[in-house]
Amino acid sequence: MKAFTKHTGLVAPLDRANVDTDQIIPKQFLKSIKRTGFGPNLFDEWRYLDEGYPGQDNSNRPLNPDFVLNQPRYQGASVLLARENFGCGSSREHAPWALDEYGFRAVLAPSFADIFFNNSFKNGLLPIVLVEEDIDELFKQAEAQEGYQLTVDLQAQTVTRPDGKSYGFEIDEFRKHCLLNGLDDIGLTLQDADAVRAFEEKHRQAQPWLFDAIK
Amino acid sequence: MSAKTLYDKLWDSHLVKQRDDGSALLYIDRHLLHEVTSPQAFEGLRLAGRQPWRIDANLATPDHNVPTDNRAAGVAGIEDQVSKLQVTTLDDNCRDFGILEFKMTDRRQGIVHVVGPEQGATLPGMTIVCGDSHTATHGAFGALAHGIGTSEVEHVLATQCLVAKKMKNMLVKVEGELGFGVTAKDIVLAVIGKIGTAGGNGHAIEFAGSAIRSLSMEGRMTVCNMAIEAGARVGLVACDEKTIAYVKDRPYAPKGEDWDKAVAAWQDLVSDADARFDTVVELDAAQIKPQVSWGTSPEMVAAVDANVPDPQQQADAVKRSGYQRALQYMGLEANQPITSIALDRVFIGSCTNSRIEDLRAAAAVAKGRKVASTIKQAMVVPGSGLVKEQAEREGLDLIFKAAGFEWRDPGCSMCLAMNPDRLQPGEHCASTSNRNFEGRQGNGGRTHLVSPAMAAAAAIAGHFVDVREMLAEEATA
Repeated sequence: MKAFTKHTGLVAPLDRANVDTDQIIPKQFLKSIKRTGFGPNLFDEWRYLDEGYPGQDNSNRPLNPDFVLNQPRYQGASVLLARENFGCGSSREHAPWALDEYGFRAVLAPSFADIFFNNSFKNGLLPIVLVEEDIDELFKQAEAQEGYQLTVDLQAQTVTRPDGKSYGFEIDEFRKHCLLNGLDDIGLTLQDADAVRAFEEKHRQAQPWLFDAIK
Repeated sequence: MSAKTLYDKLWDSHLVKQRDDGSALLYIDRHLLHEVTSPQAFEGLRLAGRQPWRIDANLATPDHNVPTDNRAAGVAGIEDQVSKLQVTTLDDNCRDFGILEFKMTDRRQGIVHVVGPEQGATLPGMTIVCGDSHTATHGAFGALAHGIGTSEVEHVLATQCLVAKKMKNMLVKVEGELGFGVTAKDIVLAVIGKIGTAGGNGHAIEFAGSAIRSLSMEGRMTVCNMAIEAGARVGLVACDEKTIAYVKDRPYAPKGEDWDKAVAAWQDLVSDADARFDTVVELDAAQIKPQVSWGTSPEMVAAVDANVPDPQQQADAVKRSGYQRALQYMGLEANQPITSIALDRVFIGSCTNSRIEDLRAAAAVAKGRKVASTIKQAMVVPGSGLVKEQAEREGLDLIFKAAGFEWRDPGCSMCLAMNPDRLQPGEHCASTSNRNFEGRQGNGGRTHLVSPAMAAAAAIAGHFVDVREMLAEEATA
């Protein structure tokens, strides 16, 4: 997994609550058996005026000029500013894959849906929860100032504005450690393989019907 | 020992290791797989040279991409080459890793959340995961079940564990008796309308109260299925006699002496009387009316006799603009009666409402009536091959066909338009599925979430009607 330490980038404000995973990456693109190739179809239904389909050349599709990511001032954005319950809906990891491939490294919102939140960490995409008032303030600033950038420092757990004001954010120790070092969860869990085996044996003794029914 | 909730008990009984950093390793008993969220996980295993930890914990079936007609040809009958490759990839991965799969031509194939319980692969007291957010469905059995992402699918395959963090406990208590014509779907839509789509974030929701206990297992599955639409990854209902009766004699359920031991163990799958919940929400079942979603989020829901809300009445600016955007997308006017919404298509199916009881409820409305001439398509899609067979034994297919409904083969179908069943831009659909997100049922499509009985009634009338009135006419006729 890609590590995340410190990142400074252009902020794109997406001013909608409850942005769902069907919006982040529509269902037709989930037919892919790969982990890559989703970036051009991020927010596909908002971003383009026609209906997208997997495998097409996206470079000639008509863009929706009203959609925030299509505005010239937000080209190259890598920090997404969002509203409450971002990423609600399905468990598709294609959503963080698409955000990551588009170029986003961090998403800031007052709240996230649980599964999306969890999936993001597995892909080096940092979801940051700030209180609603702070998010509101960032929306105002990002919309008012062209080229508005934020600096996210994972080690220090801060988001810093161009004027120097900082917001602290919470993150689980385990997730922080994995993200800072780009660690693969599976490798870490397998370090505890003996504990898993010991648990499994006890579990099997107590509830044998949980084992070997499906062959 | 302090009192525990059902969720606490399930968590504790599967805790392999509590780490110092606050994370935990949780043992997973059952892993369900389908074609959409697994290919990258299998690819990850291959790249790392890993094997599944425990083959017998896994069960797979294709559901999202499969067409719901002309199924005799199997995979070869999938016209969309991208879809076909995804289904073939599941077949290949299951074969290579030795995982049992109910393939497209297997009579046990169906929507993974219908198949698991039907086969007894879902048992009380289990931990169950699947790369699909509607895995919450299985919580109806007193099992800890939730959706996971593809990285976690790979993690569970490789380690039989999840790295997890304990959620908070929420109790949704629905007391009293449901009115005539009001169903499990209406309960859960009313709950989502009350607490919002983010209301359950960070929580495991236990549904309790006399109205929940009165529901059949099918009804409980419908309620737990949509816990995720209230933001909760986990929905739960305590285990009781109905749970045990449903599970008994299913193919993968314990037998003989194991059965007796299992039933004894399952008696404890209830929250202790004095268990503490972080959040408690109460609803009066008698006050719940048939529900219809009018917007683009499952919390945008109203009773059938209400009007579409007026965004101007919303004090919160973010909510107001969300309502405005939703009405624009849905092509609706503020304050128009829900019953004035005309439909183009009707979809009865999905992991929420495609079980036998759902089909019976829809058939009871359809019987002796005709789908309105203004409806372009009304389809009934059973949740599995076995549900289809049972419905046909009961003659439900004949009722549907006589009324003008299409009788299809099992799959996710129009719930998410990854297969040929979908809406055209601007079309309104009365749907028994779970999400009314923009484009969910097809680009530009307009979804209204309802119960199977309400969907059937809408098909007959051509617009939303109060199914209680339609059924009452019958009773007095």
